[in-house]
Amino acid sequence: MIRVQNLVKTFGSFTAVDDVSFQVEAGEIFAFLGPNGAGKTTTIKMLTTLLHPTSGSIQLDGLDPKTHQNQVRQRFGIVFQDPSLDGDLTAWENMEIHGVLYHVQHKIRRQRSEELLKLFELWDRRDDQVKKFSGGMKRRLEIARGFLHTPKILFLDEPTLGLDPQSRNQLWSHVKRVNETENVTVMLTTHYMDEADRVAHRVGIIDHGKLVKQGTPAEIKNQTETASLEDAFLKLTGSTIRDESAGSADQMRQFAKMWQQQRR
Amino acid sequence: MSAIYILWLRELKRYTRSRAQIIASLGQPMLYLLVLGFGLNPVFKRAGYGSYFQFIAPGVIGMSVLFSSIFSGLGLLWDRQFGFLKETLVAPVPRIQIMIGRTLGGCTVAVIQGLLVLTICLISGFRPASWVAIPVAVGFMVLIAMLFAALGVIFGSSLQDMQGFQLIMNFLVLPIYFLSGAMFPLTNQGKILGFITALDPLSYGIDGMRSVLLSAATFRPAFGIGIDLSVLIGVGTILLILGAWRFSKIEA
Repeated sequence: MIRVQNLVKTFGSFTAVDDVSFQVEAGEIFAFLGPNGAGKTTTIKMLTTLLHPTSGSIQLDGLDPKTHQNQVRQRFGIVFQDPSLDGDLTAWENMEIHGVLYHVQHKIRRQRSEELLKLFELWDRRDDQVKKFSGGMKRRLEIARGFLHTPKILFLDEPTLGLDPQSRNQLWSHVKRVNETENVTVMLTTHYMDEADRVAHRVGIIDHGKLVKQGTPAEIKNQTETASLEDAFLKLTGSTIRDESAGSADQMRQFAKMWQQQRR
Repeated sequence: MSAIYILWLRELKRYTRSRAQIIASLGQPMLYLLVLGFGLNPVFKRAGYGSYFQFIAPGVIGMSVLFSSIFSGLGLLWDRQFGFLKETLVAPVPRIQIMIGRTLGGCTVAVIQGLLVLTICLISGFRPASWVAIPVAVGFMVLIAMLFAALGVIFGSSLQDMQGFQLIMNFLVLPIYFLSGAMFPLTNQGKILGFITALDPLSYGIDGMRSVLLSAATFRPAFGIGIDLSVLIGVGTILLILGAWRFSKIEA
């Protein structure tokens, strides 16, 4: 379903993704793990047509995102690492826009939006502006929105960041359910190794832009002779803490915070 | 088509929901209109140009359309910051439709803003040469809005963060306003100023609005309606194409 070959992305002299190759079969849950700044998000951005690769090839469901951009976009759903909701609109309106942009029929759109908002316990707040939501609620809304158009491939970039254990469990059981019932292929990133261990069929570990290990969680534990995926991860990637340089998006977010505080 | 509609609707909803912002954005035009309009009125009259209040009203309408439309394009920066831009960029919709939806939405908002200022003008005593002129003036507002919304998109797609915003405000938006003849007659100007004002697309929009709203006895057009229309449509089309091209190149 996802086939990546010799993928490279450089920003100036910095190589963010360095000759990465992997495959994800249809119906598989693939966890993409790595320390901060390892190249996870950059890889996902290339897979989801937001960035152009410097070199290498990508195929999603047999299609090249470069040449068949819109067909590829129709096939995947994505929950981004950072927020992508419109705070001035209500939860329901955010779902509506998404449904229209993904060509979901009016009737199905309403029905599925209702189901999903109920599932993620946002139905009572559907007519409230999203900017009034708590961090966890916004996160749940983004996830609900990602499921709206029944994608073939679902990308989840650190979906559980900032969620409480209840919502995390809810999310993973739903991901597993759509994976099993609708045969959705899932590619996820997370910093919680126990989640990856529990949910993923296969795991790829990336560090400094290079894919250092691939296999089932059991294989990786065996090969590294460790008891848990977390230990294996630390053994493979070392225990030094990574500095992640702030991108322009982070700087803007900071600027916006300052600005909003001044207004108050 | 539905994508264009829903993004247009989004701009409209965002506008109508921020009531405080609507009122705030009327403050500046009202200052120009009421303070400058009445304040400079005696001097202007003595110089033999007629009523300054009548003269400045179309300029102030043009200003509010300019600000509103250019900021709608720059709203891309906010969407980038709050992440909503990415949601639209990964959607299976051609980028051109996303750009058109946003731009039309921004235009509609700018024209509404222009109509609000026109209403204020009428309430405070502005009288058009004939009431039939009003729909034609609205047509000019639409052209101004399209042109500058497209210009906003060009800059909004090219800038990465808000740091550039002040730069654009001081070196693009304000010069466009001050050099457009919104506040002074463009006829009988010196060579240099005359040349620069002729390069400013807003000059043609305001000249056009004045030509239709003011009576021929009190206002002498600097370019004439035919030239006004061709420049607005020509430059507007070029900027729209450039904007669509810049927008298609955005990487998040």
